Amino acid sequence: MAERKFSWPARSETTLIGKDIPRIDGVAKASGQAKYTADINTKGTLFAVLLTCPYAAAKVKSIDLEPARKMPGVKSVFPFKKEKDEIRWEGDLVAAVAAERTEQAEDAVKAIVVEYEQLPFFVDEADVKRAAFADRTKGAGGAKKGDVEAALKTAAVVHRGHYGIATISHMCLEPHGSHCGWKDDDLEAHLSTQNVSGTPGQFAEPLGIDAANVTVVSDYEGGGFGSKFAVGEWGVACAKMAKEAGRPVRLMLDRATELKIAGTRPSGYADVTVAADADGTVVAWDSLHWGTAGIGGGGVAVGQMPYPFDFPNRSTAQIGISCNTGPNQAWRAPPHPQLCAMTQTALDDLAAKLNMDSYDFFKKNLQFTQFGKAEVYAAEMEIAAKAIDWKKKWHPRGEGEKGAVKRGLGMALHTWGGGAGACTCSVKVHPDGSVETFLGSQDIGTGTRTIIAITLAETFGLAVEDIKVNLGSSKYSRSDGSGGSITVGGVSGAHRRAAQTALWQIFDKVAEKHKIESADALVARGGKILNGKKEVCTWKQACSLLGVKPLEVQGEGPKKDGLTSERVGGVQMVDLSVDTETGLVRIHKFVAVQDCGLILDELTARSQVLGALIMGISYSLSEERIMDNKTGRYINADLENYKLPRIGDVGELVAIMYQPDSEYDKGVVGLGEPPVISPGAAISNAVANACGVRVPILPLTPKRVLDALKGGKA
Amino acid sequence: MNSFEYASPRSEQEAVELLSAHDGQTAVLAGGTDLFNLLRAGCIAPKRVVDIKNVETMQGVSAVSGGIMLGALTTLDEILVHPLLRDYGSLVQVADAVHSIQIQAMGTIGGDLCHLPNCWYYRNGYGLLGLEHGQSLVEEGRNEFHAVFGNRGPAKFVSASRFAPALIAWGATARIVGPEPEQVSVVPLEYFFVTPKSAEQGVTVLKPGQILTHVVLPEAREEIVSASYEVLQMEGLDWPLASAGVRLEIVDDVVREARVVLGHVAPTPWVSLDAAATLVGNVVDVQSAEAAGGAAVARATPLSENGYKVQIARTAVKRAILRAAGQLEGALT
Repeated sequence: MAERKFSWPARSETTLIGKDIPRIDGVAKASGQAKYTADINTKGTLFAVLLTCPYAAAKVKSIDLEPARKMPGVKSVFPFKKEKDEIRWEGDLVAAVAAERTEQAEDAVKAIVVEYEQLPFFVDEADVKRAAFADRTKGAGGAKKGDVEAALKTAAVVHRGHYGIATISHMCLEPHGSHCGWKDDDLEAHLSTQNVSGTPGQFAEPLGIDAANVTVVSDYEGGGFGSKFAVGEWGVACAKMAKEAGRPVRLMLDRATELKIAGTRPSGYADVTVAADADGTVVAWDSLHWGTAGIGGGGVAVGQMPYPFDFPNRSTAQIGISCNTGPNQAWRAPPHPQLCAMTQTALDDLAAKLNMDSYDFFKKNLQFTQFGKAEVYAAEMEIAAKAIDWKKKWHPRGEGEKGAVKRGLGMALHTWGGGAGACTCSVKVHPDGSVETFLGSQDIGTGTRTIIAITLAETFGLAVEDIKVNLGSSKYSRSDGSGGSITVGGVSGAHRRAAQTALWQIFDKVAEKHKIESADALVARGGKILNGKKEVCTWKQACSLLGVKPLEVQGEGPKKDGLTSERVGGVQMVDLSVDTETGLVRIHKFVAVQDCGLILDELTARSQVLGALIMGISYSLSEERIMDNKTGRYINADLENYKLPRIGDVGELVAIMYQPDSEYDKGVVGLGEPPVISPGAAISNAVANACGVRVPILPLTPKRVLDALKGGKA
Repeated sequence: MNSFEYASPRSEQEAVELLSAHDGQTAVLAGGTDLFNLLRAGCIAPKRVVDIKNVETMQGVSAVSGGIMLGALTTLDEILVHPLLRDYGSLVQVADAVHSIQIQAMGTIGGDLCHLPNCWYYRNGYGLLGLEHGQSLVEEGRNEFHAVFGNRGPAKFVSASRFAPALIAWGATARIVGPEPEQVSVVPLEYFFVTPKSAEQGVTVLKPGQILTHVVLPEAREEIVSASYEVLQMEGLDWPLASAGVRLEIVDDVVREARVVLGHVAPTPWVSLDAAATLVGNVVDVQSAEAAGGAAVARATPLSENGYKVQIARTAVKRAILRAAGQLEGALT
């Protein structure tokens, strides 16, 4: 018998892998049958409402919860803060009330009496001088290589510019929260989480119970972009209130609180100096950065600046600003979108100064990209340029149309790891031929269920409908949280291994029964077991050979067996118009060319890219946190003023998956994050190309566009 | 949200009586598209909500002697398709620009005209004037969406009405009933809006117990053209950064009469006599429209963060004029 090795099928022989397969839970989601945490409403459920602090900095002088306890319908009141506790950002949690009805809880929250002593605050994250004056700055590292000063002296062209990108908040459709119910000493928590296997302990410790007594459930997830790994103090409070009340409690953050405290993406501002030889080869980079990640200071980690290049001479330094603003949480591809926006805008300005076509300039400097992706970038640039008609449409900066509305092109490129995460799954093949799998992973809306079904169905020669995927419970075997684009590699690798192992055992039984010399000659396809082209038996008949008990195989990962890999590139180009009389920017066409190794489901892959482009357009054109220096408050923490795009705002989006055989042969690599990295720089570059002026800070609102045009600074 | 009484009158008179109770601490429910936001945010806490949806006389569009009468309950959807409004282009354009099909289905013309400001200080609990310790938060705070005209007093918010600029340009009048049940008054819509000196004054002339029942438009004539131009950042539901409604009487290519009204630039709709004056006696073209735009904003008094709105207002006026004359080209919407 030949050695049995884990591998993906040859590309020419796949029946499901790489095709357009709709989500297996799509109908359940679209029809409302899929229940999210925010939908869980078991008998007797109480509803919790939060009291938050309206001040950016304050001390609790006194707090009286008693009036709330006496209100109708109230079953539990939970204090997050006690006397003398300090509050360091607006929206911080003060108390929660669980009542029979939400309205009763709202009334009871209003009855709580809190006396605050207001303290001085600082929320101006963009102004490093003011921050220094207010003693809110702190060095946050930097890096050096080569001799920047010497390189600047001999460079043919030197460009200096200021760039930045505002703070945004996590904005999942489903806010953070849970539904907690107790049965004796056992807690069942429906949790809106990206981290099913990792959260039981987070409940257990503060509740003083064993993690074995906690079941975390997340059947469906209304989005998670890096902020849903922790149970949060609100999650623990929900469980405690449920215990006190002897009834289940549902506590979801309201939208304003979600925006204020559930996680932000840090802001980044930079003064950049960048220089090149006359032929456009970059010779030196120097940047001073500042921004905030909240009260701890920090800001965007600039270790990977300039992104994703490694120029021969470079120097970076970072100043963290401590602001009385809500905490940051990893936001889709942290912190690459900010790094990309602060690097590739400056590079594009340098290209303009050199009178070079941005395409030629980026191409010339691909030699400095990290991780050996230069060839992939070059191929992707060519495809993207063709799709957007770059060479025909490009014009020197500001030299397009004569009228008020001016059209422009911009590009950017990115990279991401996306190696497989840890995953353990239990695959069961029942004697009747049915197949199911159990794993403590989660489908955060990315299609995890579907790609698991594809992996198993492809291996067993079945249809995706034949596979039952059980995930979203911490009682199933352990999987990593879904962050870092590690889930697709983690779950597909583990399932392919388990399924191939199971299939080999079934093949052995079939070979024995049907007296076939080598089980290796067998293949499973179309619900049948074939020997060459000849049908040996049906899949069901083969499984009946298992006897009365199911075959159960555990799959694990990641392993270095070639099923999964890491490191992607990606190139994006955008064609847009700027109305120079109103400052409006409208996308015509946005092309993303993205590699991610072997693609299990093309449809899902393109969906990921399209979703990322929409998110990217959002933070590039309209989405930002606006802090008010007068009150210290997050003044636009509502969906009217925290502006998110609708479908009419995004233009034509084109996702092109770059998958030559070399990519297929790499195995599966994560895709969720990388396509959200480039939009900031690509859009900003296109705006500069259109109107001839760099609008330095993202998002490019009408105000910023018109202010930049008025300043006229390139 | 506080508990409140709910009343559902069948006639204007009954509505006025119900609204007069509780010393006028009452609120009108029409489409309800903003009332619930205000109630939930605690911006208003009425003791009684009077649901006027069943008052039949306040519904629909009808021809009256010398013009068209719109009941205050006329929805945006009705404005979009009503045959009697076909010649009032600026109104239809506003209804269309609201974009949200939910608001178009439920929102009413009366609700739009009585809409309270969207100023984020007001909506976050600092009162109509956005004050803290008696000081304006707007002045040195985040004022990028605030007024660039009429902002020297304590009110620095912008009027939220989308339809007012177009309606005022048309010379519409407002029919008001109350506070006595049979008391009817008619005011030019231009004077329906007030810039409050104190939060108690509100944003319209309506006193406790009064209700806006109808808006009356003068007759449309062949030589009259109208248009509206709103600068909206987002394609979805969004408030204009600035807008303009214009009505021009053009005879032999020459503007005989002009009305230019700006929106979302001042605590009230902002009538620009200067812009109108530059047009009268001239042919409408890019130059004259640009001149009118310039005249409209010449006396703007922007705050620390909203200088850009002056440019947007200038553009809105220019483009509304060109649009009315069928000459608008190359604008990004």
